[in-house]
Parts: sequence; structure tokens; C-alpha cells
Amino acid sequence: MSAPLLQVRDLATHFFMREGVAKAVDGVSFELGQGEILGLVGESGSGKSVTGYSLLGLVDPPGRIVAGSIKLNGQELVGLPQAELRRMRGRRMAMVFQDPMTTLNPVLTVATQIKYAIGAHESVSAKAGRARAIDVLTRVGIPDAAARLDDYPHQFSGGMRQRVAIAIALLNRPDMIVADEPTTALDVSIQAQILAEMKSLVRDLGTALIWISHDLAAVSALAGRIMVMYAGRIVEYGPTAAVLRAPRHPYTRGLLDSLPMRAEPGQELAQIPGAPPSLAALPPGCPFHPRCPSADAICQTAPATTASGGRGWRCHHPLLDGAA
Amino acid sequence: MSEPFIAVDAVSKRFDPRVSLGDQIAGALGGAVERRYVRAVDGVSLEVAPGEVLGLVGESGCGKSTLGRMIAGILPPTSGAVRVAGKPVMSPGRHPRKQTTRVQMVFQDPYASLDPRMRVGDIVAEGPLVHRLVTKADARAYVANWLTMVGLDAGAAQRYPHQFSGGQRQRIAVARALAMRPDALVCDEPVASLDVSIQAQVLNLFLRLRRELGLTMLFISHHLGVVRHVSDRVAIMYLGRIVEIGGANAIYSNPLHPYTKALLASVPQLQLEDGSDVAFAPIQGELPSPLSPPPGCHFHLRCPFAEARCRVDIPDLRPAGDGRWAACHLFEKIAKTV
Repeated sequence: MSAPLLQVRDLATHFFMREGVAKAVDGVSFELGQGEILGLVGESGSGKSVTGYSLLGLVDPPGRIVAGSIKLNGQELVGLPQAELRRMRGRRMAMVFQDPMTTLNPVLTVATQIKYAIGAHESVSAKAGRARAIDVLTRVGIPDAAARLDDYPHQFSGGMRQRVAIAIALLNRPDMIVADEPTTALDVSIQAQILAEMKSLVRDLGTALIWISHDLAAVSALAGRIMVMYAGRIVEYGPTAAVLRAPRHPYTRGLLDSLPMRAEPGQELAQIPGAPPSLAALPPGCPFHPRCPSADAICQTAPATTASGGRGWRCHHPLLDGAA
Repeated sequence: MSEPFIAVDAVSKRFDPRVSLGDQIAGALGGAVERRYVRAVDGVSLEVAPGEVLGLVGESGCGKSTLGRMIAGILPPTSGAVRVAGKPVMSPGRHPRKQTTRVQMVFQDPYASLDPRMRVGDIVAEGPLVHRLVTKADARAYVANWLTMVGLDAGAAQRYPHQFSGGQRQRIAVARALAMRPDALVCDEPVASLDVSIQAQVLNLFLRLRRELGLTMLFISHHLGVVRHVSDRVAIMYLGRIVEIGGANAIYSNPLHPYTKALLASVPQLQLEDGSDVAFAPIQGELPSPLSPPPGCHFHLRCPFAEARCRVDIPDLRPAGDGRWAACHLFEKIAKTV
């Protein structure tokens, strides 16, 4: 295998607040291949979004990257000056956010916003810029793109707005796109359209994609590999189908079992007791142990990652064949 | 069928846009002013039997929340009537008021539905005190009882909503509704804002309450998996109308209406096979604007089976056997071809 596109080593992003230090990302390592789709799942507060922001250098105070390394095509991103990161964002890496109403500027037409996004990295003629905008909007499935170009964001539906945001991310053909819950705010029928388009787009363009989501089913339909995050750490990773078929970590098992679609209708769902811990006051050792059915004394010490055959897990008591 | 607990009869809700001053003047002077209405709910009839859970599914803007609010008696219908236990849920007249406590509502966002400046105990006790379901002297024990019922400890009464997580707040909202001793709950997306693991806890709570208290429920959600899990029967809404209604198992295993089919096909399934390359079959197009819904069957623009009459005739809900109904001109024909 050729060198990976993205190499993340021991990344730690902490937020320094009056109440204490929130370790939103704490020792995350992974790799992303060229053109690969990687799913990053977890509940709110697991650190999945902050991981995505860290990759693009978008963490704002009181948060900052306190340790670790992020290499894109061999180039170290941690510690790069903002001006340098700005030059890379949009051209080599891009982000799609959850809410397209807040990412698009409401007082500028789509054409203007696309023009700025192109102009940030290269100078093209107005005519060529317009042609490229029409091309990219058509690609993401906006009908009659030439006519819609001069519309404002509020004139688009939620799904169409998210398509515009995706089009802007694709504009400069980045090597990598980080998408943070991009379909969560959308209806099921529109989500299915966007999942289908995203999948074929990244395949056609060879763009790598990190898909951040809490929806295991959507990730399983899209991503070849999956990482499960809990309390700032990756607790399990591996090929998506293998992980979901036979999870090693009790948290992954618990997430799967709490899905209504996997239970007999009307029957009690297997629930994970308690709630995710506060990132500012993590329990000692394995952060999942207060909610874990297999926990014992040894779980008071933090488990190391066990890696085997492309899969890995962070647990003292991994499940065999995914059994509970 | 026994007497329904909730009976909804040809209920419609029309929202009138505000008319600008200019248009008002133009109208007064005899000018032609175009007024467009949103028919959020358009002639919906349904019944819920005592102790039954009816799931109400649809995409945003289909009118499911508006229908839920009319059933809960907090929004007067433009026409038609809602009866709960045989009595109209709202008083007649120009300023209708809710006139029963037998149906209560649980809202989607437990951050917005609880007053942040009230203690949990006061939030839960307020309604029962006003309606004299409990005396001031007994209120504390009464509140403790309902908090315990929803899985919180009685000490929660002394605290404020911000001291609780999302899942716990939703339990508080449920305790507030139950403290009114309703026979029916209208739950509008009660788990949509919760994480997966917390969602399972709250769904289990609803299942247990239903078992222990024999509650009748209208369970509104856009999440097809959640609705299937809790519902006996399911109604599917599209642009203000019910397009299909029937037993949950029957609808999920054999949907009749093309919209139901497409909606179910859009839900991503958990893929457990290596290298499975999922072919999505998304519904084409978008939800039309409720300001100008297409004539005939509202779904015809996106329907792969649509024929000439679908563009003209509004399909009625027709019986399809086994207590199922579908509003499609062609469902028998489609069932034969597929």
C-alpha cells in the first residue's frame, strides 16, 4: 500500500475552561488512504466533531491542539501558521458542516460565494469561474444549475443548500473532505439522495472522505472503515461490516443493541445505563467502565489499544465474536 | 371495533399568511390580491382505540406536528373536530379553549419545553394544582411519586432543569404530562434530540408506561425505526394528508402506497456483509411547497407509477383489507406488478 494520505498520531485537543480542562480529543491515532471513505461515529460529546475540526485547524480558543501530529501527504499540519492553513483549506482539504443555513452567507448569492471560494486559491476569469460553478452544482445534483446560480441561500430547500455546501467543498478538488453530520438536519428521503451522490462523487473524483455521524446505519452504507469514539478516544476501529457484525468493545455492542431496528417491536431495548461522562471530569482508567457490563477492578487503569488484522480496540475485556 | 378514545373527523388546519398593508389597501379598493394559504393539515380523519399506540410518520412539513397539536387540544382546527373520550377536545366559539385534561403532550425539545427558572417540583406540580387534582399539602408526595414513575429520584424536585441531561429532562417532561393523570399522550418527536443510547432508555420508558398505565398514545416521529418499535398501528402523512394507515407490521413488511414504499427504501440499513456495495434507491425530487401543492395526488410529481388521473383526481383513503387503508388510485395495480 502506498503512503496514506492522512496520518494522525496521538492527537490531543483540550479545551481550557474555568470549570477545568475538557479533554475533547485525547490520544487519537488513525490513517486515511487516498480516496478512502472513513466513518467516525459516536454520541454527542464524544469528541468526533472536535477531531474533524482539529484536522482542518479550525479549533478556536479556549480549545487548542496540545499534542500529537497530523500529516497530510507527509506535511505536518500541527503548528502551521493560520495563513498557511488558510491556503490549504478549500484546496487540499475541505469541510462540510451539519447546518447549511449557518455555513452559507445569507446575503450573498450562491454565485458570489462560489466565486470567492475559487478566487481564494487561484485567479480565473468571471466566465470560467461561472462555468466551473455550474459544473460543480450540476455534479451535486442541483437541477437547472445555471438558473439557480444567482439565487440566495434562503431560496433553496435544506437538501439543496447542503448540496451547495458540498459543491463548494468539492470546488477545488481537495484530497480530503471532512463531513460533520451533513445529513442529520435533513429528511430521510433527502438524506438517501445525498448519501448516494456523495458516494459516487468521491469515487469519481478520488477524494478521501471522513464522514462524522451518530447514525451507524448511514455510516455502514457508506464507509469502508469505521472508528467508534467515546469520551475523546477511539475505542474501536476496523472494516465497517466486520466491526458491526462482531464488535469487540462493549460500547460498540451497546450502541448496536440500542437501535430499535434490531429489536423485536414492542420489546424492551437493550440500553446502555447512565449517560456519557463529562469531558472535564472523566472517570479514571477506561472512561466507559461506569456504564460497562463487563467492568471489573482492572478497568480502573486505562486499557491500551490492541491491534489485530486491521482491527483494533481499547478494552481489557474484549468481546469474543461480538457476544455480549 | 370498540369506541375509539381519540376520534379525528375531517380535520383541516389552514395557516393564513399575514397580509401586508399595501395588499390590504389594494384589496379594500377592489384590486385583485392573491392570497396563498398553507394547508398544513387537509381533511384528516383517524381513530385511536383505548390503549392503542398510533405512530404518525412523515417528513418535515407534512403536517404531523400540527395534527398532533390539534389532537392535544392546543391548536384549534380550521374545520373538522377532534373528540377525546366522546367529547370535543376544544370548546366551540371564536376563542376555543382546551376543555379536557385527559390528553397531554410531550414535546420534542426538553431544553425548550421546561421553564429554566422553575424548580422541577414546581414544573410537575403546576398543572395538577391548578386543576385541583392534588392539594398543596399533598403536592410534594404527589410529585415524588411521578418522578419515581419516570425513573428519576424524588430529590430531583428541588433542582432546576439545567442540572439535568437531555434524557433526564425528557423524563421530567413526561412526569409533568403524567401528573395530569391523562388517559392519552401526544408525543411529538420525543426522542429526536437524544443520543442513541439515551434514546433507547426513553423508548423503554414509554413502553413501560404504556404497559403499567394503559395509556393511549399518538407517537409522532420522522424516524421509521423508532415508530415501528413502539406502535401498534402507523399512519403515514404527506403534505397534509394521510396516504396510508394500518397495522405496523403489515405496513413495514408490505407497504401499499408508493410514498410509503419509497420512504421505507430510503432508510439506510445496517450493512453487515463485507464489501457490500449499497445501491440507494432515493425518492426523486423534493417535497413540493405546501403553499402550492400539486393538484390531484400530492405525490404524483415524485411517483414512478403516476398516471394521467393522478394529476387530476385527489385519491381518497380506500380500504385495502386487514384494517389497512391507502390513498392511491393504483395500489391494487402496483401490488400486482411488483
